[in-house]
Amino acid sequence: MDYILGVIAVICIETIATVGLAVFTGFTGLFSLGHAAFMAIGAYTAAILTYFYNAPFILALIAGMIMSGLISIILGFPTLRAKLRGDYFAIATLGFGEAIRVILENMSITQGARGLPGIKHYTTLPVAIFFAVLVLWLTKNFIWSKYGRNAIAVREDAVAAEMAGIDLFKVRMLSLIYSAMCAGLAGGLFAHYLNFIQPVMFTSILSTRLTSAVVAGGMGSITGPVIAVALFIAVPELLRVANMWRLVAYGLILVLIMIYRPSGIMGYHELSFEAIKNLLRWISRGKTAGRKEM
Amino acid sequence: MFLQTLVTGLSIGGVYALMAVGYSLVFSILNFSNFAHGTIIMLGAYVGYFIISNLKLGFTFSLVGAIIGAAILAVLNVKLAYTPLINRRASSLYLMITAMGVSIFLENMVYVTVGSHFYSFPEIFKQTSIKFFNSDISPLDLWALVFSFISIYGLHLFLTKTKLGTAIRAASYDMTIASLNGVNMSRLISVVFILAGSFAGLAGIFLGIKYMVYPTMGWITNKAYIAAVIGGLGSLPGAVIGGILLGVIETFVSVYISSTIRDVFSFSMVIIFLVFLPAGLMGRHLEEKV
Repeated sequence: MDYILGVIAVICIETIATVGLAVFTGFTGLFSLGHAAFMAIGAYTAAILTYFYNAPFILALIAGMIMSGLISIILGFPTLRAKLRGDYFAIATLGFGEAIRVILENMSITQGARGLPGIKHYTTLPVAIFFAVLVLWLTKNFIWSKYGRNAIAVREDAVAAEMAGIDLFKVRMLSLIYSAMCAGLAGGLFAHYLNFIQPVMFTSILSTRLTSAVVAGGMGSITGPVIAVALFIAVPELLRVANMWRLVAYGLILVLIMIYRPSGIMGYHELSFEAIKNLLRWISRGKTAGRKEM
Repeated sequence: MFLQTLVTGLSIGGVYALMAVGYSLVFSILNFSNFAHGTIIMLGAYVGYFIISNLKLGFTFSLVGAIIGAAILAVLNVKLAYTPLINRRASSLYLMITAMGVSIFLENMVYVTVGSHFYSFPEIFKQTSIKFFNSDISPLDLWALVFSFISIYGLHLFLTKTKLGTAIRAASYDMTIASLNGVNMSRLISVVFILAGSFAGLAGIFLGIKYMVYPTMGWITNKAYIAAVIGGLGSLPGAVIGGILLGVIETFVSVYISSTIRDVFSFSMVIIFLVFLPAGLMGRHLEEKV
């Protein structure tokens, strides 16, 4: 039982990072291959504060978020201002992510590649669930705010959005900061859940997993990526017996989703009680229609 | 010391150029970052290693086998994973994510089937170094450099002198117009991936000899992406110049400044180039087209 609760806690933590990235990738339409770096910055900032300075947990988390946000400005200011093509931007974030990881490996306060052991265990399951729900609620409100609608307009057609008077740079920058802060929060929770962090945990493999969760879940959906994260973490856990094969399966699933269901699991839709009701109605109607034909 | 550093840098740069050429070739036609290129390089190295150590066929066969093997894998890769997306005219970002999926899939397939051992090639080039103006050059580095240049020059001749090469160059400017003029696109894409795969096999052999053969060796291709960005994405002369420049600069940074800062330096160079010179030294693409 403890094991299942542990898996749920990890899902909640990664949900936070993925939902943040959904705002940036799913709703603003920019791909990032470096968001693991923001998780790493949040994790290290929070962990160093509680480990070396005995700071309160909540303050450390907030500091991690702010740090991630600030560093995202350093990345975003030149790259978003230059209006890089989508894939060029993705390569730039890949370089950024790797650079951050190498810097963390060579700093003395992070204890380099050996990592920080013995971080206090503050992230319990209720804490993880609380923050996941909080971020989901905030993100939903963010998407339906003026900025969120602007972001969707930018994703659909950047030129048309600019013609309509939307400041592309500002909208993209805000989405980036929001997603970086979510990733920073997730990183801080992650560090205090595992009690140990190491730069190697935050490679571009993690970045790819976050981005592919958003794409596989459905660009333009908040609940879709959450489902995808849950699948990406829970299915490999179920396959623990076939330990070696889980990453093979993950790669294959990713390719198959891209080929057969490019709009993702949920497409542009959200999973809500309303949607479930509609689905049930549709199924029952399908059944009665079938009977009539018979 | 200076000359020694320069020669080491040039030989590393030669391998970077070899990797970057295959990557750039795909980029120039399909306009997406083929992150599976490094995995194909890794598989090419495995093919070469097993031919030379298990079948005991000698270096020439190993080299040819790696090139053919990698080319076949590259074509399978495009036929199975990319063609459905290309036919749907999916955005290049979807292709990029598919490429990442392919690379995760193949890399872990190697982990499962072959294992995570490090294999080292049997000694092919003599360990004794050649003296050249007070600096030592290892025969391996020299051969790597020579092979890189010969094969890249061969590719250049193919692209400029043959009909197929002309078609590839036309398609890299505008795929639609090239296909309107009677170029068979799906065949052309296969040819491009055969070429990219052959270069991957060649690079794999030299990387395998220089370092070792192991499942994550394809990660060094990150350097090839950097080289391609420096030279200009999608430009072949750019890939060569970018690769050599990166190799030389990296070696100088690690010798004269610090070896730990080397990778930070290379990765920040990507961002600097993309921001200030997104077309690279030789490229042509600039802002997002409408």
